[in-house]
Amino acid sequence: MNVSGVTAWARSLDLPLLAGILALCGVSMALVYSASGQDPALLARQGTRIGVALLVMLVMARVPPRVLQRWSPWVYGAGLALLALVLLAGIAGKGAQRWLELGQLRFQPAEVMKIALPMMVAWMLSQRPLPPHAWQLLLTLLVVFVPAWLVIEQPDLGTAILIALSGVTVVFLAGIRWRWILLLLAVVTAAAPMLWWFVLLDYQKQRIVTAFDPWADPLGTGYHIIQSIIAIGSGGLLGKGWLNGSQSQLEFIPERSTDFIFAVLAEEFGLLGVLGFFALSFFVVLRGLWIAFIARDTYSRLLAGCFSLTVFFYFFVNVGMVSGILPVVGMPLPLVSFGGSSMVTLMLGFGIIMSIQAHRDLLRQK
Amino acid sequence: MNNVRLLDDAAESRLVRNRLLFAAVLAALLAALLVARVVYLQVSQHESYVAQSRENRIRLIPVAPPRGLIYDRNGVLLARNVSVFNLEVDPEQVQNMDDMLHRLSQLVELGDAEVNNFTRTLGRARASSLLLRTRLSQEELARFSVNRHRFPGVEIRTRLQRLYPLGDLTAHVLGYVGRISADDLEQIDAAAYRGVDHIGKLGLESWYERDLLGRPGFEQVETNAHGRIIRLLSRTPPTPGRNLRLGLDIELQRVALEALGAERGAVVAIEPASGDVLAMASSPAYDANRFVRGIDSASYQLLSGSPDKPLLNRALRGRYSPGSTIKGVVGLALLEAGAAVKTHCPGWFSLPGSSRRYRCWQREGHGDVNLHSAIVQSCDVYFYRAAAALGIEPIARALRSFGLGRATGIDTDGELSGLVPDPQWKRAAVNESWFPGETLITAIGQGATLVTPLQLAALTATLANRGAATQPRLVTALDVNADGEFTADEERRPLRLGKGGDGGPIGGADDFRAVVKAMVDVVHSKSGTARHIKTERYAIAGKTGTAQVISIAQDEEYDAEKLDKRFHDHALFIAFAPAEEPAIAVAVIVENGGSGSITAAPIARRVMDHHLRGLTVAEAGSTGDNGASAVTAVQ
Repeated sequence: MNVSGVTAWARSLDLPLLAGILALCGVSMALVYSASGQDPALLARQGTRIGVALLVMLVMARVPPRVLQRWSPWVYGAGLALLALVLLAGIAGKGAQRWLELGQLRFQPAEVMKIALPMMVAWMLSQRPLPPHAWQLLLTLLVVFVPAWLVIEQPDLGTAILIALSGVTVVFLAGIRWRWILLLLAVVTAAAPMLWWFVLLDYQKQRIVTAFDPWADPLGTGYHIIQSIIAIGSGGLLGKGWLNGSQSQLEFIPERSTDFIFAVLAEEFGLLGVLGFFALSFFVVLRGLWIAFIARDTYSRLLAGCFSLTVFFYFFVNVGMVSGILPVVGMPLPLVSFGGSSMVTLMLGFGIIMSIQAHRDLLRQK
Repeated sequence: MNNVRLLDDAAESRLVRNRLLFAAVLAALLAALLVARVVYLQVSQHESYVAQSRENRIRLIPVAPPRGLIYDRNGVLLARNVSVFNLEVDPEQVQNMDDMLHRLSQLVELGDAEVNNFTRTLGRARASSLLLRTRLSQEELARFSVNRHRFPGVEIRTRLQRLYPLGDLTAHVLGYVGRISADDLEQIDAAAYRGVDHIGKLGLESWYERDLLGRPGFEQVETNAHGRIIRLLSRTPPTPGRNLRLGLDIELQRVALEALGAERGAVVAIEPASGDVLAMASSPAYDANRFVRGIDSASYQLLSGSPDKPLLNRALRGRYSPGSTIKGVVGLALLEAGAAVKTHCPGWFSLPGSSRRYRCWQREGHGDVNLHSAIVQSCDVYFYRAAAALGIEPIARALRSFGLGRATGIDTDGELSGLVPDPQWKRAAVNESWFPGETLITAIGQGATLVTPLQLAALTATLANRGAATQPRLVTALDVNADGEFTADEERRPLRLGKGGDGGPIGGADDFRAVVKAMVDVVHSKSGTARHIKTERYAIAGKTGTAQVISIAQDEEYDAEKLDKRFHDHALFIAFAPAEEPAIAVAVIVENGGSGSITAAPIARRVMDHHLRGLTVAEAGSTGDNGASAVTAVQ
């Protein structure tokens, strides 16, 4: 029993995906150690975090997709309730609030929604044959809008956009017609100037302007980007070597163990290291997409596809921001940046992908 | 198991797979874009960036700007900045935090509150410099400096800290600054606050944040290979924040707060011609400096949990029934509608077809009354009867035209708008229809009407101006001059609000003459409700008010002695003086103070006395017919 239990556990893990994830965690440890000025305490904290997140992944990998599917609406409902609660607590505390505190445990309900919303949308759209009907899409729109709005109220525009985007990704994978996609793109394009004039605050506009021309304000907002670009560029082909990046070690790079950790990688390991890291990240994303591709039912395909693409999106936005082609938006590099409650959320998603892969064969046997 | 679809139809599966393929291709293209970017930086531009990185010994260190100073109208400094020595900790450089704190506590005083605050931020923030202890004494400074090598990661930083030298006296006017919180960071441009660790949280400090802040400067420093600073290369000095000059007279503020004494209440005094707030006192007050230094949670609980509510700015946020203080304005409404007719006060009034008696405050009645004597003696029955004939709409319109029911628009935050009730409001608020009885009690300032002391003072100023409303304001001038000089073009013009017509105060010149005459007689005639505060030196136009805190049953007597002090009536008084050339308009509210004439009126008198202290008897004599006749009338 014990032995078979362990084998079953092991079998529930997709080894290529697991290998990729562990390798990225290793990269994370190496970079955090270097970026923190070789601080063992910080390294231990990051190690603990990775350990906890991996544990969460192992547990999730044992939960069969059909159980997840059945529970989707409830998980979504609970997520909404938590978001409402955090908002009410914020109102009662006369201030913005994102955290819920349960004794020692503190967590952001918005993180829960990053998993719960794709589950809900995948569940809704897998109820009927694809592609979805117009009324299903309208319903989906509502399901996406409500949590996004609750998060905007916190206020956390960035996270709200990420949550909404995860819902939209599922809809895209579900085969929504191209003309609607084009319509959506047209609406977004038309809304962009409105966003600029009416929604974005001055400092947010400044960030966008700076991203395209950091040298316009080298002493102000452009300073961070310039320093990070110098770090990347000076890394060259082979890099300056681990723990030897002058930009990183002399603290020219801001937030170098968190959002800007990619600059440390590029400086110390050079283009070769960067390409290796890209390959590793892209392998993890592709493996997830492949698991979605060969999954046996629509719900699993949508969910695995959505989580994989989300990881890619984080990766793309973070590297784009650090290398100066996207505005600075405060997004960690998935699995690599120090800290962040996003680590657990990511591993939760990977756990679900692994479960989808593991239960695929079981389904066929029964 | 048969509810699980083992194989869905081929078309559906193909659809999703096509999309997955599409997404994979798109991702590959985007990844290629990143690769191209990194290749461009690391291969094509490599040489240039290597050079830049080698020369990159120059660092920018932000220099915080001194925050704008705040002066009263006579140039007395109300808010300034002082240098303090703080202990700040870079947690990443500390090996054993508990041990460090223990050793440090032997050199400098470390309270539990400070340590708790520190450890709490330690868990949350990822800043490289966390505040541990503010305001080191010279002795502590010396002790730590000697032992500094034993504390890697702990540093002394000199910072400018806000100081409110007059403490309690200014807290409710100025508000305070506090440490920039995580929530503040969401709202502000971090670049504009580089090097700055405090931000306006409340009151003027928050309202004028953009002006007071200034712009941070930079020091360009050269570092060695280890990142240590070798020398200063250049310095871009910070731009100091703009100084504010208030219309407030801090001495008058002191008189007002002292006059309130231990009572809970508020005094607002306005210069009618300009709308300048001369005094804005809310009692009890608190010392805002405690919030600047970072108040510990026990002390904060004590303040926020106190039944006396010292943190509540009663002048802006206290909402009270105006009581009879609004009878002058209701009188204007009656005059305008031609409804100010003589009547008889038997001590009570009943609506036709109803047995319910609305009582006059004077049980035995006032006998025959007209508008003049009804205001002088504050006869309720007169207003009941006139209001019953006039209806609620003209009364509500008159009150609104004097600024009640909406924020005055004063230049500070947190002001509440109060309420003027009417049938539409009641339908919307409680979905009930309006009762005729509510018209009666609205006419004497009881019922649902709510005003703030500031609104009441603004109303009084408008009466003093004979209908020319001026928006109340705190700041009269802003300047960029660091010497605290205010250039003329920085003076702000008073904002005149419309008179008559669209939303402006109602009332013609004759109507105002009649109402002001009655208000003068409230103080200066033998039967006036505020006769005991009359003075020979100048003529006061005033009106007393008493606002019920609990409703007294039909046949019950209000007996102060039997009631807990918390249920005593609120005492109110409004006044302006000198009546003919008003220099000051005052509103006083004393919570549970009982009667307006006994408790509130003397406070207003002390405030007016101080403000008009330069006025000689001769000048007072020239205040015009009304004032002069009133003064002689009471001989």
